[in-house]
Amino acid sequence: MSSHTDVTSHDHDHEHGEGMTAKKIWRVFFILLGITVIEFFIALYCVPQHVFSISVANPIYIVLTLAKAFYIVAYFMHLKFEKVGLVYSIIVPILFIIGLILVLTNESHHWIGLRGVVVPE
Amino acid sequence: MSEAVSNIDEIKTTPWAGGHSPFKVEYGKMMMWFFLLSDAFTFSSLLISYGALRFSMPTWPAADKVFQSVPGLVDSGYPLVFVGIMTFILIMSSVTMVLAVEAGHRNSKKEVVMWMIFTIIGGFMFLGCQALEWTHLHHEGFWWASIPGNEHTLKEFFNEAPGVGLDAQKTAAQAFANLFFTITGFHGFHVFSGVIINIVITLNVLAGTYQKRGSYLMIEKVGLYWHFVDLVWVFVFTFFYLV
Repeated sequence: MSSHTDVTSHDHDHEHGEGMTAKKIWRVFFILLGITVIEFFIALYCVPQHVFSISVANPIYIVLTLAKAFYIVAYFMHLKFEKVGLVYSIIVPILFIIGLILVLTNESHHWIGLRGVVVPE
Repeated sequence: MSEAVSNIDEIKTTPWAGGHSPFKVEYGKMMMWFFLLSDAFTFSSLLISYGALRFSMPTWPAADKVFQSVPGLVDSGYPLVFVGIMTFILIMSSVTMVLAVEAGHRNSKKEVVMWMIFTIIGGFMFLGCQALEWTHLHHEGFWWASIPGNEHTLKEFFNEAPGVGLDAQKTAAQAFANLFFTITGFHGFHVFSGVIINIVITLNVLAGTYQKRGSYLMIEKVGLYWHFVDLVWVFVFTFFYLV
């Protein structure tokens, strides 16, 4: 709590000092574009030419996607510069989504077996 | 009366004690964030269901075989090129949106209008591309509850895998078609409503509403929505076209 007491005076330069200038916006754009180009390079060159397999490529895609999501949310949506309370109220509920991913991917592996039983080939 | 104030009557000044807003954002902007959080849950549920159904199938249509045309130019042989263009358009329109927000901070009405118009054009271009993509897939025989009737056509969308029969391919193709049109349709509907909202806000800017109000905060709020649409596309792109 005590860390909040001198917040008012800080906040003013906070907003002006760390806002998005046009230069920063274009930097984030080129980062997003670069990540997308890497994804295309993997999909159109690395996997078809057997540099590595699709099971290696998939985790790379997901990490790159999360990186892009971070740049969009943090810089374009400005969440990085909001108060920590707001950041946590948006980020922490995402844990529910991770929970659903864990539950349903686990469940789906059992469905393969069920399909074999119900619809024999 | 004594001038000393007892501890209990002291005015609370810390944010969580009611001194001032702990989040330091305007009400509408905070509500936009919470709306987007709920929308994130909706899209996650759709995408996670897609993942679960795909994991539960022995086979799945290969993305580079389904999406290999550039509608209007070439029919096959160019996997991912068209969706690459779509992705570029949407990222670009996100950039023009932040530039509009940035111009709003400087109270520059002319620049806000210019960047908003670019954003709207980007939105329409994306919607046009999606319409072409849908039309193309529809001509190939994919739709809700519909897959290509010809078995040879259907086989061409799959990588060869031992022990996978035609029945499994039919089931997978149908699940793919339903999920693809539902999820990209729901996303496209968001893009469409985003374009409409952007148009309304741009008209307000032209009418001088925000100049009178003294702040272009409204641009930030619609900007949040627009970036969210871009964010969802990043995930749709990865899970439908790459993985």
